[in-house]
Amino acid sequence: MQDKILDKSEVDALLERLGSEYDVYAPLRDQQGSVEWAALDSSSDLVWDFSNTGVSPKRFVFPQTECMMRFNNRSDDPEGMIMKQEQGLQRQQALLNIRPCDAKALKALDSIYCRDQTSNDVYWRDKREKTLYVGLACKSPCPTCFCTSVRCGPHYEEGLDILLVDLGERLLVRTLSEKGAELASNLSDAPDEAKQQAAQQKEEAEAAVRSQVGLENIQSRGIMELYEAPMWDREHESCLNCGVCTYVCPTCHCFDIQDETQGEHGRRVRNWDTCMSWLFTYHTSGHNPRGTKKDRFRQRFMHKFKYMPYKFDVIGCVGCGRCTQSCPVNIDVTEVVGEMNEPDLN
Amino acid sequence: MQELTQQIRSAAKRLLQEERVDCVLGYREGTVPMRERPFFAYTPEEADQLVWTRFCVNNLANFLIGRQDRVAVVAQGCVSRNIVGLIQEKQLSREQVYVLGLHSPGMVDSAKVQAQFPNRVIHSVEEDGEELLVNGADFQERVKVRDVKRDNCYTCTHRNAVIYDEFLGEQGEETGGGNIDNVAAPWENLSLEERWQRFEETFKDCIRCYACRDVCPLCYCNQCFVDENQPQWCGKTVEETDVHTFHILRAFHCAGRCTDCGACESACPVGIKMRRLTSKLEKDIRELYGYSPGLDLESTPPLSVYSPEDPEPFSTG
Repeated sequence: MQDKILDKSEVDALLERLGSEYDVYAPLRDQQGSVEWAALDSSSDLVWDFSNTGVSPKRFVFPQTECMMRFNNRSDDPEGMIMKQEQGLQRQQALLNIRPCDAKALKALDSIYCRDQTSNDVYWRDKREKTLYVGLACKSPCPTCFCTSVRCGPHYEEGLDILLVDLGERLLVRTLSEKGAELASNLSDAPDEAKQQAAQQKEEAEAAVRSQVGLENIQSRGIMELYEAPMWDREHESCLNCGVCTYVCPTCHCFDIQDETQGEHGRRVRNWDTCMSWLFTYHTSGHNPRGTKKDRFRQRFMHKFKYMPYKFDVIGCVGCGRCTQSCPVNIDVTEVVGEMNEPDLN
Repeated sequence: MQELTQQIRSAAKRLLQEERVDCVLGYREGTVPMRERPFFAYTPEEADQLVWTRFCVNNLANFLIGRQDRVAVVAQGCVSRNIVGLIQEKQLSREQVYVLGLHSPGMVDSAKVQAQFPNRVIHSVEEDGEELLVNGADFQERVKVRDVKRDNCYTCTHRNAVIYDEFLGEQGEETGGGNIDNVAAPWENLSLEERWQRFEETFKDCIRCYACRDVCPLCYCNQCFVDENQPQWCGKTVEETDVHTFHILRAFHCAGRCTDCGACESACPVGIKMRRLTSKLEKDIRELYGYSPGLDLESTPPLSVYSPEDPEPFSTG
């Protein structure tokens, strides 16, 4: 790890270097005035003051719709009906100004998508390996952020190649991987006062995360005790079972695979799916193991805060608060998790 | 608004104490700025959590569908119209529901408020008469409510509940002052190509979360056409064909039923303006059939019946 310094007026030089090797994406202000991920054309479009994007950047590694294979839809052709794998990402990509929480989310999902030989999702791995993560530390956390409660934080470094800290006219450039070090190799070392300023900013940002949740009781409780807790009866009542929370979430990662044909063309495509939908677990037999709204509501929280920690020692949430912000009926993740963690579940 | 909150609470307590209803459906204060939560109060104590503010942007009629118990529901104009629609469509019986009618002051569009503070994080918003007090970590500013209402609340035609068992507060101004035909008009002046372009532009950000469908009291099908797989009418991708199929078909299913409550737009996480489609359908139904949905329990929605006299301008040119 090294701390370098970059004047904002020299960002162009960095971008040029990036652009020669990577397609560069960043959170940019759109026509409606909101900040969302888009391809970066000019450094003057970069936004330094924003809370976070409405939708997470997970689509760059896990596109909402992704063609996996193609086939010739002809059974009379010896080459027909044989799946041919799609080529991977053609050019490397850089996610510039990604929030530390969003980068950590992708890291957390590695434990599902490429944990070992038996869980090696080639589509996920391809894009993970071809993506550079240049983070931007968070200055003003939202009231819905609770990253510091879920092993994350406004300056969290895991999952990043570089962490940028906005010091006003300058950026502190912290290199966190070989790729990151290479990119920043021609920058000067950061002076001590800049390092101190960044450290102070980290402290302030962490203190500004006002929402907190406890997880200790969730961890010590048995799965069935939580599963059968009476709290679910009331907590799920206003849930619509729409997919907003799962689709804006940086760690929700479920998908559905479909084969589509049109004339002689065929493809196998995977799309994001949502555990909020009854269709998600509906069996061909007609049986649905998650047949009620309550079952589906409970699943999302149990998966993130009980099953994933239990199986992989990873919390399936980075505390970005997007689900709470986007939920049409104000289901608040910190409230639900708070209930799960209550000393007395009854 | 605070006075109405008190009136809702006392009516709810009375109804629960007298066991006239099993629960009262209203709104509870939300945990994020400008979004109250639909809430079922089952006891007089719980009724104390009910609120009535300009941030009640859900359509509570949606939460009545499929309930077997007796429910009292807080309903302004549009919600009451959807209750009428659900009764007409046999999804609800009039006896089962006790309507606490209200006049809607016009609800706030949180995106419009946020747009006034582009780089700043809003921590809380309070109502103060005709203004909102917007608070951030290091700022406090005032915004005029009339500048940040939801689009559909400007063009509202029925702000007072159209059916009710008791009316809370005073009946007020019936319209929002705007003209819904102006929302529909742009379509009519566009060429076919321009319409298609506008349509593509409108829905390009859709992530197919179906919040618009699931928040809508018209969308109560046991199985939505997008969820059917034998046959599969609509693909699952976010490519244009599938996104367009979903939105066009959903809009048509709402023709002659949509009350322009705006819940779909309030729910959309990416800010899609669905009313660009539904307002035109609303206008067509009004002009062709002389019908506005949800105003009269005795009437029959025009697309639910066939009559040889039905207008067919599309077939005659």
